[in-house]
Amino acid sequence: MLKLERISKTYKVGAFGGGVLHAVSDVSFDVAAGEVVSLIGESGSGKSTIGKMILRLSKVTSGRVLFEGTDIATLRGSALKGYYRQVQGVFQDPFSCYNPVFRADRVFSMIKEEYFPGTSAAEWEEKVEAAVSAVRLNPGQVLGKYPHQLSGGQLQRLLIARALLLDIKLLIADEITSMLDASTRIDVLNLLAELKARGLGVLFITHDLSLGNYIAERTVVLRRGSVVEMGPTGRVFGNPCHPYTIKLLDSVPRLHEKWTTTEPAAEEPWVREELVEVEPGHFVAGGYRGSGAGSGVREEPAPR
Amino acid sequence: MTQSDQVSPSAETGAAQPAGLGPSPSPGAKRRGGDTLHFALRNKKLVGGSIVVLALLILGVVGPMVYTASPVDYTGLPAQQPFGEYPLGTTMSGQDVLAQFLHGVRATFIVGLLGGGLAALVGMTVGFLAGYRGGIVDEILNMFTNILLVIPTLAVLIILAAYLQVRGVLAEALFIGLTSWPWAARAVRSQTLSLAARDFVDLARLSGVRTWKIIVREIAPNMSSYLFMTFILLFGGAVLSAATLDFIGLGPTDSMSLGLMLNNAVKWSALQLGMWWWFVPPGLGITAVVGSLYVMNVGLDEVFNPRLREM
Amino acid sequence: MGLRVNDLRVYYRTLRGEVKALDGVTFEVGDGEILGLAGESGCGKSTLGKSLIRLDGRMRHVGGTVELDGVELPIGDDAAMNRYRYTEVSLIPQYAMSALNPTRRIGKMIAELLESRGVRYKDVAEELERRLDLVELPRDVLGNYPIELSGGMKQRVVMVVSTLLNPSLLIADEVTSALDVSTQKAVATALVGFRDRGFVKSMVFVTHDISLTHQIADTIMVMYAGRLAEKAPSGRIIESPRHPYTRALIDSLPEVGVRYEERKLSGIPGSPPSLLDPPPGCRFRDRCPLASDECVEAPPVTEVEKGHYVACWKA
Repeated sequence: MLKLERISKTYKVGAFGGGVLHAVSDVSFDVAAGEVVSLIGESGSGKSTIGKMILRLSKVTSGRVLFEGTDIATLRGSALKGYYRQVQGVFQDPFSCYNPVFRADRVFSMIKEEYFPGTSAAEWEEKVEAAVSAVRLNPGQVLGKYPHQLSGGQLQRLLIARALLLDIKLLIADEITSMLDASTRIDVLNLLAELKARGLGVLFITHDLSLGNYIAERTVVLRRGSVVEMGPTGRVFGNPCHPYTIKLLDSVPRLHEKWTTTEPAAEEPWVREELVEVEPGHFVAGGYRGSGAGSGVREEPAPR
Repeated sequence: MTQSDQVSPSAETGAAQPAGLGPSPSPGAKRRGGDTLHFALRNKKLVGGSIVVLALLILGVVGPMVYTASPVDYTGLPAQQPFGEYPLGTTMSGQDVLAQFLHGVRATFIVGLLGGGLAALVGMTVGFLAGYRGGIVDEILNMFTNILLVIPTLAVLIILAAYLQVRGVLAEALFIGLTSWPWAARAVRSQTLSLAARDFVDLARLSGVRTWKIIVREIAPNMSSYLFMTFILLFGGAVLSAATLDFIGLGPTDSMSLGLMLNNAVKWSALQLGMWWWFVPPGLGITAVVGSLYVMNVGLDEVFNPRLREM
Repeated sequence: MGLRVNDLRVYYRTLRGEVKALDGVTFEVGDGEILGLAGESGCGKSTLGKSLIRLDGRMRHVGGTVELDGVELPIGDDAAMNRYRYTEVSLIPQYAMSALNPTRRIGKMIAELLESRGVRYKDVAEELERRLDLVELPRDVLGNYPIELSGGMKQRVVMVVSTLLNPSLLIADEVTSALDVSTQKAVATALVGFRDRGFVKSMVFVTHDISLTHQIADTIMVMYAGRLAEKAPSGRIIESPRHPYTRALIDSLPEVGVRYEERKLSGIPGSPPSLLDPPPGCRFRDRCPLASDECVEAPPVTEVEKGHYVACWKA
């Protein structure tokens, strides 16, 4: 359904625009219909930039983003509008996504104006209530309120409801739970899992490995703009191969275990390496192979 | 899974606002406008400034209708003292100073509103477009703005004055409006740049909303206080520019204005002759209008910016 | 002797009335102990952390006492607290790394800070460098501007500066929230190192991340709606929590290895009560699956086992 072909994003930085910043370098992966893929990366990994490029909020410097076979860079006008009917995004800060001088429902009426101008008011109200109930909110309690009167979790769910109104196929969820409390976080995640069962595809962008592990079938680990490891979630976390993935897993604070290694790992020099398939579907940059517990031993990359 | 009807504020940890404020008293949502009005009515600077401006406005609108003496006819004895037959005395050529003053206030407001309004319109349009679109549009508009900034307006005006023997208030307002918008454009552009990067603008783009709609519906309402204050400053600036132009003789040729009064007063050495009733009223008038507008602006800033308010 | 807090009440003044952010909290932190203060937003943990060192303009000390090493701290009096700050009680505030003056080199900033405390830079220079080595920061970081350092490095600089005069109590307010996972681990372990080496006697580590607290704290105290819910040694509170809120909170945390298809986790429905006018009795009552009539009366904090305190009738 969604396919990223070697996309890159570079910015000109420095005085007089002399320097270059490679925010994203040659990233390729895909998301199938009804699949949740989690894009894991720390700050500076370029994960949000990828999300913005998929949503056409940012231009791709090189490479292509294909949605159902069409390069989205070629879409204009009504074709672009049609794209947004199938692909939508929800972002990290729920409060900044709402225009503070208007009521929260305005996000719904914006959709109506652009996509459903002919629908009658009564019919639209029904649709909105159905969407709001689908995200497990009580329409009577959240409709008609201002953003500052609702909680972060409710606002995030309303944004998901807005996306559902369009009957989308793919949702780009960019750190949607990082500003929520732990107890509401899991509810939003469960909601995404339920929607997945109804056929929605999700690209779940996050820095939190536990969350990604919870709902995603496949995981892509991003570092400094390029993919270091990707594959089925169980394999990436069960048999992590790349040293970076191993370091990440090592640093995650766990509830029932204490950290084992206490000396910080040395910063390896960053060199972009090509992906090698070490197991069916499990790709690792540089061809490192794990050994169950993950030792980061590198094997000679298989000749291509 | 039920949602309780209690709502909690921002779930962000370490929010500056103390947590646990709960829902507002009325379930139908107290409008933000209500809050602003509450503070506006209690701000001394805003209220004081608006009273002065309003008083002068009424004076300018109603005055000439009530006090029907002509400002230009040579009706009385020259250089008469005030509080006699003529409330504000007469000029060196026997014209009624009070009539001149009232007509002058009216002209001042007309020029201020027209000129300031035109400048606001052009400045905001240019600012919004440049700030939201960015890229080549921004470059072109910036170039245009900069060109206008470096043109010596006084020189242009003198040349224009040579060609247009008869100039009206409208021409003056037009000229002021078309030359004083650059700073407003700059200010609006920088605000727009920062607002355009906000997430709700992204969301509007994702909803397929077109550019002009985004500017008018999403960005401008969030800057409404800023736009209002910009207009007030442009108004005050236009009044001041008009007074300056009139004072040096480049103003309208067919009507009276406060600046023109001052011009005449200086020409006829009113200061040296002690004819204070000729130059003090117009001077005070201009100062009062412009000064009160600026005081209003400071007050408005306090109203709109919660951090400046006293608890 | 450590820290002793007794029935502390701190309220916020707002236009709509007083928000009872901290409504009667009593606990102790012994010498050499790291207390992890955990809870969600609005529970009062940040208020507690801040009130131990400085009440800002909107906060009001309504009641209760704070004792450090046997001396009562005059937390209500800003000027009187001045001589305790930094030397006895020190704070690493939440956005400390963004608060470094961008136009000052690190070394200069430290010198100015020490001067304001009446300490000569030369006297502590050697110790400062030794501590920089300990947190694995290169010594020439003193000549850098803040913008040249990464988030983790800035955080470690702030940590070193806050503990330079060996305060008895260190309060770390959400010092790891804005950091990446690997830097988080480095910073948290550095904090433990400070305690182990005796730079600080006891520490209060405020965070919303319970798993992280569990890694470094000896005791964990969970707060809810301005009151203490449960306090116990960290291992005990994770393995056998007694308060329904703590239990629900721990159950809602996803872990690497737990998947939706295998075990669906659930959150806590509803949201915390408004602290402007909190309901009488137990504040968790509305959301608690075990609530009953007796919960209309606020449960006192009782010690159900040695060192394990719970505020619940059902514990």
